[in-house]
Amino acid sequence: MLEVEKPDLKFGFIKLTDCAALVVAKELGYFEEEGLFVELEPQANWKTLLDRVISGELDGAHMLAGQPVAATYGFGTQADIVVPYSLDYNGNGITVSNAVWAEMKPKVPKGPDDLPKHPITAESLKPIAQAAKAAGKPLKFGMVFPVSTHNYELRYWLAAADISPGFYFDPKTGEKNIPGVLDAEVELSVTPPPQMPATLEAGTIQGYCVGEPWNQQAVFRRIGVPVVTNYDIWQNNPEKVFGVTKKWAEANAETLTAITKALIRAGAWLDASTENRKKACEMLSRSNYVGADEAVIANSMTGTFEYEVGDKREMPDFNVFHRYHASYPWYSDAIWFLTQMRRWGQIPDNHPDDWYIKMAKEIYRPDIYRAAAAELIKEGKFTAEDFPPADTDGFRPPTSAFIDGKLYDGKKPNEYIKSFEIGLK
Amino acid sequence: MSAATAENRFAPSEPKKAKGPRWNPGAITHTLDRLGLGFFSPFVRLAAADEPQKQATEITRNIVLPLIAFGVFLGAWGIASQRIRTEAQKIPSPAETWAAWKGIVDFAKHEGRKAVEFKTRMHGLAWKQEGLAEKYAEQLRDAEETRNTEAVAALTEKVNAARNRAKSLRERNYSGPPTFFTQIKISLFTIAVGFLAATLLAIPTGILCGLSKGFNIALNPLIQIFKPVSPLAWLPIVFVVVTALYSPPARESLITRAMLISAGTVTLCSLWPTLINTAVGVAAIDQDHMNVARVLKLSWLQRIWKIVLPSALPFMFTGMRLSLGVGWMVLIAADMLAQNPGLGKFVWDTFQNGSTNSMAQIVCAVFAVGIIGFVLDRIMLILQRLVSFDEHAI
Repeated sequence: MLEVEKPDLKFGFIKLTDCAALVVAKELGYFEEEGLFVELEPQANWKTLLDRVISGELDGAHMLAGQPVAATYGFGTQADIVVPYSLDYNGNGITVSNAVWAEMKPKVPKGPDDLPKHPITAESLKPIAQAAKAAGKPLKFGMVFPVSTHNYELRYWLAAADISPGFYFDPKTGEKNIPGVLDAEVELSVTPPPQMPATLEAGTIQGYCVGEPWNQQAVFRRIGVPVVTNYDIWQNNPEKVFGVTKKWAEANAETLTAITKALIRAGAWLDASTENRKKACEMLSRSNYVGADEAVIANSMTGTFEYEVGDKREMPDFNVFHRYHASYPWYSDAIWFLTQMRRWGQIPDNHPDDWYIKMAKEIYRPDIYRAAAAELIKEGKFTAEDFPPADTDGFRPPTSAFIDGKLYDGKKPNEYIKSFEIGLK
Repeated sequence: MSAATAENRFAPSEPKKAKGPRWNPGAITHTLDRLGLGFFSPFVRLAAADEPQKQATEITRNIVLPLIAFGVFLGAWGIASQRIRTEAQKIPSPAETWAAWKGIVDFAKHEGRKAVEFKTRMHGLAWKQEGLAEKYAEQLRDAEETRNTEAVAALTEKVNAARNRAKSLRERNYSGPPTFFTQIKISLFTIAVGFLAATLLAIPTGILCGLSKGFNIALNPLIQIFKPVSPLAWLPIVFVVVTALYSPPARESLITRAMLISAGTVTLCSLWPTLINTAVGVAAIDQDHMNVARVLKLSWLQRIWKIVLPSALPFMFTGMRLSLGVGWMVLIAADMLAQNPGLGKFVWDTFQNGSTNSMAQIVCAVFAVGIIGFVLDRIMLILQRLVSFDEHAI
């Protein structure tokens, strides 16, 4: 057992199924086995969560993968945050209101079984968005935070069909736009995840991009239809991470390794069997964690995803916690967020490739992950094969598994940024 | 002096009646009245056979009418719960609310059991460490006998380490989620802090405003501007102030930042009624009293203590009662925003859960907030009556 500096810990989370690793590590006693006594506290929204990590009220938190990147860069609140562990891949969806879906559906190509053919692109949304814009009432979509994966995914999906989601910066005039709606054909705005269904039902927004269970909630409540998951936008995209401040990480190095050990075990447990997933659904449905009905949580957590009511499809990789080395903090994942921040003007200036790589290495800390993994291998709980090979350079191989088929190589961020039709270059 | 007036009030009814009461219920009913529980007095009088007919009517009026109203309310609620629904959510029925309440209680009991289990587990681990310490201590004695200094040093360290581990294990507290009842406790603590701060700020300022016209004129615009400000507007400002000025000594400390933010918001929203009432009360003091003070050559502090405070006390307490009411209402909103783990956070988190029984749990919280608010108001009413000449304050 490691000599932890701080056994009593308080972590923040947002009510989303992708905080599962934290809940499992607590409920199965993995934290306790490391000598850690952890309290998990739900937070009102992502900003409060980050503020309380920075102020020290929380020791660490379930964070949007983009949050540590943006915080370290200084978009929004500036603070040095480090990431020793990636909580999951995928797990989001884009849902549109029933009214929008009714207009979209006839334009969506059908498969042989007469059901809509997936992935559904935003091509079918384009005429609706243009008509709404022409009528002076542009479509409004919700996403959860300006630097969330959801914001970038929604933008990616819209832009792939040539719909402008708006910019944060105009390079011609040097004008900064805080809400990010310069030249927007569809206006995006922030709504905290648990309020998405209610905001959609109230008619304030016509669609949203959010994590689970809030897409399945829309299906259950019959208020909207999920049209695409982020797995179809980018296969195995990084989603949430566990983050702490750099200062905290330095002062509590052993504790952070112990936390990472417990989280690795929890992630592996979650991906070990469907049985485990079902048990996790029960844990998450408790009111002090996610609190939604177990059936709603299970709909996406156990390898399926329901689009229209009754149109339930196999989605084995909708939530990935450990497989494909999903819990390893890859530099290339941090860099992808920087490329999207640059694309939409949250980063107003051009930077060389080296700058992107240097930033990623400051934030993502595979060395801590490695130390935790080494301990676990020593204890006989894991083998070296369970982790990425020792000689990896920390970058995932280049991939073009995106909805627009663009090639992303984490070592060449500028090349990727330049390949987009819509976006700053 | 007020006690005497009360005695007189009941005195005439006793000797005149042909069939008098078996014993004088005056003392008890008077206390009940004082405690704001006047609706129980007819029972006491009935027990004392004091005008049974009249007491029966009183009881019908005081108990049966409210019961009928409550029944009508339950009926209307039941009907509304069947009719008012969105696609997936609806107003919970009284039965569902009762089930949700039992769920809340069960959860608290379950957490209580888990806390006990945790303690037992930690004690078990501590036992092991103590056994280990014992073993090392034995080896240490052997080493001391053989005068093996190196081994002595190493073993002493081991003994101490094991003992320390055992001690910290024994002292460890269960870190479970807060239950509804701990949340109520936190809310009560927060309102106590916020209200105390409001009172300490408002009364001295109010006295100064009441005593000095100039002071009053100077402060009046500020008071009028800040009085109607919503807690939602104060909170971000309080947040910055608290975060800048206060860092809790330890995570476990009772006074957390979130609690202070919440309490600070309560203070800023609730100090106005006390302040204004105090000022009015002080300004309304009989000039004769002040003249007497002058004749007696009382010092400024003595004047405040002997003349101003006693005369203005009833006004102050009326203000404080209003303040507490405002504070309790504000607290729920402040808890939500400051993420202080009180009742407001319970409502917020439950709303976010969006499960089938979330709405019913929120209704439980609504009742809890209402009942606690009512009890707090009664307490203030008692205090108000104790200092006031007005027996019939409601």
